[in-house]
Amino acid sequence: MSSERDCNRGLPSVAELKTLVERALETARQRGASAAEVAANASQGLSVKVRQGEVDTLEHMRDRGLAVSVYFGQRKGEASSADYSAGAIDETVAAACEIARYTSEDPCSGLADAGLLARDVPDLGLHHPWGVSAEAAIELARETERAALDVDSRLTNSEGAEVSAGEGVRVYGNSHGFIGGYPASQHAISCAVLGREGDAMQRDFWYTAARAPEWLESAAEVGRQAGRRTVARLGARRLSTRQVPVIFDPSTARGLIGHFVGAISGGSLYRRASFLVDHLDRQVFPAGFSISERPHLPGALGSTPFDGEGVATRDRELVVDGVLRGYVLSSYSARKLGMETTGNAGGVHNLCVAPGEKDLDELVADVGEGLLVTQLMGQGVNTVTGDYSRGASGFWIENGRIAYPVEEITIAGNLKEMLRHITAVGRDVDTRGSIRTGSLVVEGMTVAGE
Amino acid sequence: MTSEVMERNLGLARECLLAPAGLAESDLDRVFGQLMGPGVDASDLYFQQRRHESWVLEDGIIKDGSRNLDQGVGVRAMSGEQTGFAYSDEIVMPALLEASRAARAIARSGDSGRLQAWQAASGRSLYEPVNPLETFTSDEKVELLRSVDAEARRQDPRVEQVIVNLSGVHDVVLVAGSDGRLAADVRPLVRLNVSVIAADGERRESGMAGGGGRTGYAVFTERDQALGYAREAVRLALLKLDAVEAPAGTMPVVLGPGWPGVLLHEAVGHGLEGDFNRKGTSAFAGRRGERVASPLCTVVDDGTMPGRRGSLNVDDEGNPTGYNVLIERGILKGYMQDSLNARLMGEAPTGNGRRESYAHLPMPRMTNTYMLAGPHDPGEIVASVDRGLYAVNFGGGQVDITSGKFVFSASEAYLIENGRVTRPVKGATLIGNGPDVLTRVSMVGNDLALDGGIGTCGKDGQSVPVGVGQPTLKVDALTVGGTQT
Repeated sequence: MSSERDCNRGLPSVAELKTLVERALETARQRGASAAEVAANASQGLSVKVRQGEVDTLEHMRDRGLAVSVYFGQRKGEASSADYSAGAIDETVAAACEIARYTSEDPCSGLADAGLLARDVPDLGLHHPWGVSAEAAIELARETERAALDVDSRLTNSEGAEVSAGEGVRVYGNSHGFIGGYPASQHAISCAVLGREGDAMQRDFWYTAARAPEWLESAAEVGRQAGRRTVARLGARRLSTRQVPVIFDPSTARGLIGHFVGAISGGSLYRRASFLVDHLDRQVFPAGFSISERPHLPGALGSTPFDGEGVATRDRELVVDGVLRGYVLSSYSARKLGMETTGNAGGVHNLCVAPGEKDLDELVADVGEGLLVTQLMGQGVNTVTGDYSRGASGFWIENGRIAYPVEEITIAGNLKEMLRHITAVGRDVDTRGSIRTGSLVVEGMTVAGE
Repeated sequence: MTSEVMERNLGLARECLLAPAGLAESDLDRVFGQLMGPGVDASDLYFQQRRHESWVLEDGIIKDGSRNLDQGVGVRAMSGEQTGFAYSDEIVMPALLEASRAARAIARSGDSGRLQAWQAASGRSLYEPVNPLETFTSDEKVELLRSVDAEARRQDPRVEQVIVNLSGVHDVVLVAGSDGRLAADVRPLVRLNVSVIAADGERRESGMAGGGGRTGYAVFTERDQALGYAREAVRLALLKLDAVEAPAGTMPVVLGPGWPGVLLHEAVGHGLEGDFNRKGTSAFAGRRGERVASPLCTVVDDGTMPGRRGSLNVDDEGNPTGYNVLIERGILKGYMQDSLNARLMGEAPTGNGRRESYAHLPMPRMTNTYMLAGPHDPGEIVASVDRGLYAVNFGGGQVDITSGKFVFSASEAYLIENGRVTRPVKGATLIGNGPDVLTRVSMVGNDLALDGGIGTCGKDGQSVPVGVGQPTLKVDALTVGGTQT
């Protein structure tokens, strides 16, 4: 048994993970693979949750992973493990090679084209470790929850406030000779509180997430937002069934853009399982509506110098003046479509909906009468047809102002129509994810209720 | 309860999890010696090794195959309502000691609990300790995928795409608790899914079907089970090609047997998990003994069904799973508990303590949740509705346990007109209020069925396999989220 002093292990360095990746690539070569790619990820973090002023949980996270893909000509095999020992790496590569004996020749399989791989790995300012102690994190969580519960005397209970700090290292390499990696961090503060009015209870939450601790909203602000949002939902009513304009707030609007991304993703397109099949260079959104991808925004949550296949990421325009100008493709799906990868193996990197001029209050005033949606429930979205039907809660708008909270209703329509009927984008952009959008106003949806 | 089965499983788990690192029970004593410091009243270790494989057929070829190995140990220390947790993906003594130091930092003062002498816990014998990955050769797995693909394509020329996914898990766990509890389980789990796209002119639709359970892959070839999934997926896609817009508004809804039991999972299941009730955050908190459903409704959570996807011989805290009555003839009877929430609420654990892996904390979770059969003939139930919806297949659902509002999304549904099932309608989300939806159940069929074994439940970012079921039932008023007003 090894000495107990060895056990105080920190995060591996980029150089250490590169050594592992190179070892795995070499093992694959020795086992006869004609090509191989390996991704190694390691992360560690701390998360504390305080509920009603007392510590609820204190968690130490530490995760590792090594994912290997091997190619024998056009046949592919994959295997992964959390074990970084030399023996385990060999076993993982062997398992991937064994799988490749049974998969079929696939003319589209293989590494990304060598010419598309990132030539350098720019420092995008993604690594800002927090180093917060458990005690300090607990105190921040206490402050968050206290600020939430202080908002209103009807806030009678809490699910707690959580503070998390995390960092990780990512390395990717392949047998074209590419190897790149970088460290990154992510921290968050969140809070969920409950309010009671009569017999009815409501819960809502707020969170902040960023790569650097100093970019987080303050604990007190997160708490106040959580408290205000819960209080605003007290006394929620239902609506009768009707056709109305709907404002999606920035967090629900992100979901809507996410469905669009799903429909223009290579996997949906080459399977012809998307309502946007064959829509390149066609009007999908109204004139004036634009979406761009900005993978190199310094310190942003969706930033990355290269995608999941080592392909260099770059700025590009997906939607210009409402016209679809680009898909979301990996090498594989691109080959299936006879196109070139867009550097989106693994997803989109800071997809930015061009913001409008107005804030949410002004959008509410413009709509006059309609529904503001702040939460959606369920999975009722069919990417093949675009049929959309989800549970919703939010606020009824009357005379250009919020009239009262609503719940237990659904909103329904077809995504193809919904995207074409986005009449306004807010300037209230939410930056807490890979998709950045302000509120979206969609005309003519069906609300089902009483 | 069979002690021989537990002894066998303990033997398998020791060999797989402890022996490679040269660990024995005496080493666990040393870990607990460090873990059970001042103020810690209970603690446990959860050792796990999980092997997973997945095979994908698409475009008629075996496109992807992958294998994954994950193992590690989770260390938990509890002090009153507080939990400290750390884990390691290396099962070696130094990592165990480091994780125990981190976990026990939750408490600094107070009496320390005492480690009790080791004793094998009792458990059930609901499935064989097979490694599903080894129950078929790779050639047999590939052949199975190809036969399913061929069966789907044979059904109809409008079938454009067929994707078949086969996956298997071999999960070995060992739980050691500071109360001396020593429990182990060897858990097989297989699943096969078929997804098809059918096209008719410009119109395209998808259909999905699948099943599985805690067994080997042979379950898919016996009685041509997997070929049945292929036919079902095609049937659903073709049916949807003819579907008309779904209605919008509140109306009577008849839910078919089996998978529509996702209603129970969302509407009442989550709200009856012990943690939400201890914290008073559930719409059902403090309502034990009250009427929450019509007298026709008896709902149970049953982790003891042989071979079912949601079943476990012991839960992830080493407690035997149970047949737990949640609602009896409409009256709220009990909650689902893990050991922490049971202790804090002064109740007994119910065998519902589950976790996604060693790297996650256990919570009260469902196993197989279903409603018992009632007196009505299913035909008579449909015939009783003038105008409404007949929904027989569902995608997932979701619930806000505090407000009680829940949704579940129908993927196969029909209009009921004048007591008869007529046209198929497009998918639509149904929304209701958990604490009162079951009070509106006016008829319950005599045709109880469980789902085919594909359900996964998410809570707090943790996924676990579950089952649902119910007989045909009629809800007098439920809101249907279509577009046709």
